[in-house]
Amino acid sequence: MTTAISVTDLTKVYGERSALSHATFEVPLGTVCGFVGPNGSGKTTTIRMLLGLIQPTGGTGTVLGESIAHPERYLPRVGAMIEGPAFYPALSGAENLKVLASLGGFPQERVGLLLEQVGLGDRGGSKYKTYSLGMKQRLGIAAALLPNPKLLVLDEPTNGLDPSGIQEVRNLIKDLASDGTSVFVSSHLLSELEMIAESLVMLREGKVLFAGRTKDLLAAQTATLIARPEFSVDLNTLAEIATKHGHTAIVEDGAVHISGEADWGAAFNRLAFNAGVTLAALQVTQPTLEETFFEMTGE
Amino acid sequence: MFNVMRAELRKLRRPTLLISTILVVSALTALFTSIVFLRANSGAGNGQRGEIVSPATLSQAMGLVYGFKIVSFFLGITALCVFASQTAQEYTLGTLRNLLVRQPSRMKILAGKYSAMIIFAIALVFIDAVVAIGISFGLASHAKVTTTAWLTSSGIALLGKTFANVMLTTIAFGTFGMILGLLFRSPISAIATGVIWTLILESILGAVVSSTQKWLPGQNFDNIAQGGSDTVSYHWSLALSAGYLIVGFTIVAVLFKRRDVAN
Repeated sequence: MTTAISVTDLTKVYGERSALSHATFEVPLGTVCGFVGPNGSGKTTTIRMLLGLIQPTGGTGTVLGESIAHPERYLPRVGAMIEGPAFYPALSGAENLKVLASLGGFPQERVGLLLEQVGLGDRGGSKYKTYSLGMKQRLGIAAALLPNPKLLVLDEPTNGLDPSGIQEVRNLIKDLASDGTSVFVSSHLLSELEMIAESLVMLREGKVLFAGRTKDLLAAQTATLIARPEFSVDLNTLAEIATKHGHTAIVEDGAVHISGEADWGAAFNRLAFNAGVTLAALQVTQPTLEETFFEMTGE
Repeated sequence: MFNVMRAELRKLRRPTLLISTILVVSALTALFTSIVFLRANSGAGNGQRGEIVSPATLSQAMGLVYGFKIVSFFLGITALCVFASQTAQEYTLGTLRNLLVRQPSRMKILAGKYSAMIIFAIALVFIDAVVAIGISFGLASHAKVTTTAWLTSSGIALLGKTFANVMLTTIAFGTFGMILGLLFRSPISAIATGVIWTLILESILGAVVSSTQKWLPGQNFDNIAQGGSDTVSYHWSLALSAGYLIVGFTIVAVLFKRRDVAN
């Protein structure tokens, strides 16, 4: 088994509406895989199908080597937080976890350890209804960790968390991955995913736009050269040089922004020098995951 | 299934639910039993539906359980509310998805929850019995009721039989509540439908068209606790109630097994 999740042609249709259409992707074992897409793109539907909560209309899939038609075979090894935390308001955080521990047959002693791990050690006895959004989110993550999972499925785990909370979740995910846990995480915080996700699955309108390694996705994107001449009168000359060599150039904020391969920078510098233009600065920027996402999804 | 039952019992024993339910059951039992004994010599109606229960009647073996069984209907309504709310809230709180991730077998979830709620219902019946019997003994001398017959073997046997019947009635109402909870997936809708149907609609229907009494579920559930009535036999009520509940439960169990959990 080399994949934590593998789906082929996974489809879910509600009446006339297709929530997920022939999705095919793999999540390598022991890695962090980001799951991104605009709202309504089918992320939660996919996660629910992987967890046996809804039945696919078509297609097949495996989780930890077992068919998604038999979730009982893999769910004891899977931790999940779907569409935010959901607990019993009248019970304390600890009692809520104990309910789930009883249900899954996990040792009750894990509850205290997990509450400490997610930073709720001192509030475990407080009723869930008194928790802030961030605390609820932390409790949701603790619940997902109850089975000591081989695969962790997290749907928007950083919702409602402050920057330090986001950083803690990021570190937690990294630690889990370094211990061999596979993490499939859906998030709108693309800058966070860019830091932790080795692979990505990108959805739009129920279709997979990209599934593969994050660095391959980013490397395939066109870089931007930002050239700032010593004298602003040379801006148009630089733009003309770039255009003449088949690149798109825009003059903006006292610099020329040129779309092109990163390694064209040296050639461009030479061309500018030959044209009598001295560059005060030449910077090559790769698009971020966020920019790539907007570019690909058309959002 | 036992893991699900243990998890459900943990929820059922939360103080807000447990204490409030015990208080309601105890208060209703105390009220109804006290009325029976305190008004036994008044010549006015002190029993079910204005029936006059004299001290002589209460001095028989059935005097021990009379107060206990007349509250069975309200005990049933309490069970209906608890079962309906415990089932439907899993949908409204979104906690059903957590349960199903930890226990993917939906039938085990259903069976475990149902078993835990039956244990809860039996505990309610036990509290009802203790309060009713305690008050009956406490008020017997004040009502000029002799308790000698209560502690005879036939009195104890009647107590056991009544306990079993009240328990069946409470579980039947509770099961009806669970069916409504699974059907409506909202505690408010399930409880409102169950209470309005059993408390209001069945009473109106039964009063307007008396022949319907034989077929009304709530009236038949309660008739089990009463050990049958002049018009509807105990065995009829038992068979009809079982029929209604088995059909209803089978339908909602199939729905529960097949429905997508999308909330």
